[in-house]
Amino acid sequence: MLKQIEGSHAMAEAIALCRPEVICAYPITPQTHIVEGVGELVKSGALQNCEFINVESEFAALSVAIGASAAGARVYTATASQGLLFMAEAVYNAAGLGLPIVMTLGNRAIGAPINIWNDHSDAMSMRDAGWIQLFAENNQEAVDLHIIAFRLAEELSMPAMVCVDGFILTHAFERVDIPDQAQVDSFLPPYDPVQVLDPENPASIGAMVGPEAFTEVRFLAHYKQRQALRLIPEFCEDFAKTFGRAAGGLLRPYRTDDAETIVVAMGSVVGTIKDVIDEMRDAGEKIGAVALVSYRPFPVEALRDILKHAKHVVVVEKCISVGVGGPLADNTDGALRNLRDRPKLHSAIAGLGGRPITRESLKKLFHDAVHAPWIGPFFLDLNERVVGREIHRGRKVRRAGSTAENILKQLALASHLPPG
Amino acid sequence: MTDSTHAQNPAPSLKYYQKGTFTVGNRLVADAERAVQSSPERSNALTSGHRACQGCGEALGARYAIDAAMRATGNDMIAVNATGCLEVFTTPYPETSWQLPWLHSLFGNAAAVATGVAAAMRVKGKKTRVIAQGGDGGTTDIGFQCLSGMFERNDDVLYICYDNEGYMNTGVQRSSATPPAARTATTPALGPEPGNVFGTGKFVPKIAVAHNIPYVATATVADLHDLERKVIKAMGIHGARYIQINVPCPLGWGAPSSDTIKLARLAVECGLYPIFEAEHGRITAARKIRRRIPVRDYLILQKRYAHLFRNGEDDPRVARLQAICDAHIADYGLLGDDEA
Amino acid sequence: MFQSRIHGRGGQGVVTGAEMLSVAGFMEGRHAQAFPSFGSERTGAPVVAFCRIDDKEIRLREPIQDPDCVILQDPTLLRLSDVTSGLRPDGYLIVNTTKTFDDLHLRALVDKLPPGHAVIVPATELALKHVRRAAPNAALLGAFAALTGLVHFDSVLRAIHQAFPGKVGDANGAAAREAYDLVRTQENASHERAALA
Repeated sequence: MLKQIEGSHAMAEAIALCRPEVICAYPITPQTHIVEGVGELVKSGALQNCEFINVESEFAALSVAIGASAAGARVYTATASQGLLFMAEAVYNAAGLGLPIVMTLGNRAIGAPINIWNDHSDAMSMRDAGWIQLFAENNQEAVDLHIIAFRLAEELSMPAMVCVDGFILTHAFERVDIPDQAQVDSFLPPYDPVQVLDPENPASIGAMVGPEAFTEVRFLAHYKQRQALRLIPEFCEDFAKTFGRAAGGLLRPYRTDDAETIVVAMGSVVGTIKDVIDEMRDAGEKIGAVALVSYRPFPVEALRDILKHAKHVVVVEKCISVGVGGPLADNTDGALRNLRDRPKLHSAIAGLGGRPITRESLKKLFHDAVHAPWIGPFFLDLNERVVGREIHRGRKVRRAGSTAENILKQLALASHLPPG
Repeated sequence: MTDSTHAQNPAPSLKYYQKGTFTVGNRLVADAERAVQSSPERSNALTSGHRACQGCGEALGARYAIDAAMRATGNDMIAVNATGCLEVFTTPYPETSWQLPWLHSLFGNAAAVATGVAAAMRVKGKKTRVIAQGGDGGTTDIGFQCLSGMFERNDDVLYICYDNEGYMNTGVQRSSATPPAARTATTPALGPEPGNVFGTGKFVPKIAVAHNIPYVATATVADLHDLERKVIKAMGIHGARYIQINVPCPLGWGAPSSDTIKLARLAVECGLYPIFEAEHGRITAARKIRRRIPVRDYLILQKRYAHLFRNGEDDPRVARLQAICDAHIADYGLLGDDEA
Repeated sequence: MFQSRIHGRGGQGVVTGAEMLSVAGFMEGRHAQAFPSFGSERTGAPVVAFCRIDDKEIRLREPIQDPDCVILQDPTLLRLSDVTSGLRPDGYLIVNTTKTFDDLHLRALVDKLPPGHAVIVPATELALKHVRRAAPNAALLGAFAALTGLVHFDSVLRAIHQAFPGKVGDANGAAAREAYDLVRTQENASHERAALA
C-alpha cells in the first residue's frame, strides 16, 4: 500500500511484517523512531508473538539478541554511531557465532567531536566484523532491504546490517509502498535455525577454538559471504516477482553503458548523483554511476565488469579512514587491481558529519576528476581557510587548544555572530 | 539489615563439634539430610574430565549448583556462561563437560544473553528455565551493567556468580571482589601498602538486594547442602535471582589444593564471607557461625596474605580486616547461640 | 519540481508543517519529500524544514538552497539568519505576522518578487483562536494553498486531518481555512489593484 510516511515508520512497519520474535532496543539518534515504531506495534498488539525488551546499553541490546537468536528466535535490533561502537564486541561475536540477527544502522558520524548527523563512519568501523552490510538509496529500498536481509541472514546463518542514512532517510517523509503480510509471508519462510539451544538435544555453543581450527572457521565465514554474492541477486529476483518491484541487488548501474566516467557511491547520496548525471548527460558528457548496495560481501567481479571499460572512476564516500583515505575507494581499487588497462581512480570524501552534498559541488568534482585530477583523497567542500589557520596556529603555539573548539570559534568570528 | 534475632538459620539444627578438619562427613547426618553427592544415582551436569585445576572451588560449586538446578527443572534448562575459567576448562572443544544446552558469548554479557534466551523461551511458549553464570570479574566488574539491567527488568534468569575473588583465568589479577590487602598480579606485595587497597568494597549480593529482586543468596562450597537448597529454592521462583558462591582458588589464593573446603569454611567462620538469603529486598536468613575464629587464622593459610605476617609480627592491616569481619557479624547477625 | 522551505522555532510545528505539505502533494498523486534540518534542537531554537513536490520521483537529497517558496513561521528569525536566502526571483513568500512587510524591513525583497507572490498572515492569532495553541503551521499551509495553488486546499485539509485526527484536526482545519480565505481575498484585491494600475 502506497503511503506518504516517515522512513523510520515505514521500516518499522516492514520489520513488523517480518514477524520478529524478540526485539531489543536502546535509544540513540537517529535510529530511535524505528524502534519506537516497532515498540508501538508490539504494545498495541498489532505485532503478536514478539517480546520487546528495553535494555540498558547497545552492548546489552545485541547481547540479548545473541541469546534470543541462539535460542531459535527471529531477532531484530537497531543502532547507530557510538551505539555500534559500544556493541562492537558483540557485533563480532554475533557474526562469529553465526547468528542471523538483523540490525538497522541509522548511519551517523562517530565522535569526538560528538556529531549526530549522517555519514558512514559507523558502518565502516564494523566492515570486517563478518556481517552482511546492505546500503539503502531511499526509503523504499530501506523497507525492501529489511525483508531481504531477514531471508538472506537466515539462509546463511549470518547476521545482516541494513545501513540507512541517518536523518536524510530515517527522518524523511516520502512515498513508500508498504507490502502486505501475505506478500512478506510468501517471500520469507519461518526461521529454521541451523543451530539452537535445545534441552532435548543439548549442545555447547561458543567454545574456545585454537590455532588448529581458527583459520578454517574464518575461511568458512568468508566462504559464506561469498555465497551471499550469489544469493543476493537470486533473492532480489524472487523479491521482484513477489512484490512487483526491483529492490536491492549487489549493485545497480545507472547510465553506465557508454560511460567514460563512472561514479561509485553508496546510500542516499546516489539519488543526488543521479540527478547530476542526468544534467551532465544532457550537456553531452559520457558519465554514469554505480550504486553499491552490498558493501559486505563486496561484489568485486560485478563491480569490475561495470568499471573496466571506463576511463575514470570517481568514488564518493562518507567516511575517512584516517591516515589512509576512503575505504570504499580502497575496495574499489582492489576490484580493479588486476586489470591490464585500468581506469584512473579518483577518491572523494564527502558529507562527513552531515555536511550537505550538493549537486553543484558534485558536478565540479566529476568535472575536475577528468580535467584537473588530484592525488589522494579529496575532501569535498573543505573550508581550506579554516583548516589552514588551524594548522598555522598549531605550529605557532604549543598549547593551541582543542581543534574542534578552535574551528567553531573561527567560524563564529567569520559570521560575526556570537560563539555558541 | 534485618534484626539478627529475627534471622532464621536455614541449616538443620545439627551441632558440628568435630574439631580440627572443619569438615563434616555425610555419615554424621541423618539420611534425609545427607547431600545428594553421597548418592551414586545423582545427576551430573558437569561431567568429569574437564580441565580445572586440582581443588578448584569453582568446578565444585558449578557442578553442585547446575546439578541442583537440573534436578529442579527436570533437565529443562539452558545455561549461559561468561568468559572465564569455568568457560575455558569445561569446553576444550571438541570435548565439552556440559550435559545441558550451553552458550558462551562474551566476558561481560552473560546476564543479557540469558535475558535473550529467556525471552525466546517465553515467546515460543516453552517452560525451559535459564541460568547465567560467571566468575566475579565477569559479574561484579565487566558484566555488572548487564547484570543490573537483568535485575531491574526482573527477567526470568538465575545468575550464579562463582566468586574466587580475582581474575584467575588471566593469571590472578585484582577484581572488585578481591579482598583488601590480598596480593594479586596487579596488586603486588610491594611498597608501604602491599597488596590490594582498602577501598569501600563492592559486595554485589547487597547490590542485588537493593534491586528488590525476588531472591538473593550467598553460598559456599564448604556447605554444598546449603548451596543445593538455595539453588533449588531459586529455581522454584520466577524473575531475576542471584546466588554468589564463595569458591576458593588454590592457584590464586596460594593454598594447597587440599585446603579448598577448609578455606571456604574458615571464610565463613571468621565472618569475612557472610552467608545469607534475601527476598524482595529484605534479608530473610543468615547462616550462623558455628565456631568463630579470628580472621588471622584464615589469612595465614594463604600466600596472597603472606606479606601481612612477615618479620614475626602481624601487619596492622590484619586488625582492619578483623574489623570488617566484626562488622559483618554484627550487620548480618552471624553469631549463633553457641558463639553469641 | 516545487521546493518549499519553512523557517520557525522548535515547538511551532515546523517539521510537521513540511510533512503535512508533503502528504497533501502525495494525496494528489504526486511525489513529495519532506525532511527537517536535522539537529538536536530544543523548544524555541531555530528550525528549518523542507518540502519538495514533483510529478516524478524525487532523488535529490541536498537541502533546499533555491526555494520556490519560503514560509516564515516566526519573523524574529529575520534578525538571526538570512531566512530568504536563495529565494527564486519568481518565488513566493509567506510570513506569519501581524506587522507589515515595511515593519519587518522586507519591502525591498517583496518588491523584487512578482506582484501577489508575498503575503502576510496572522497565523499565530488564527491558531490561538481556533486551536488554542500557538502552532501556526496548519494556517500557513492554508495560506500556501491559496497563494501558490500548487496543492488544492482540500488536499491540505485532508493532510491536516491525517496528522491530527479528531477535534484537533477540525480546529487546525478551521485555522487553515480562515488563512486560505484571507489570502484569497488579499490576492483578489491585489489582482484588482494590478488591473487598475
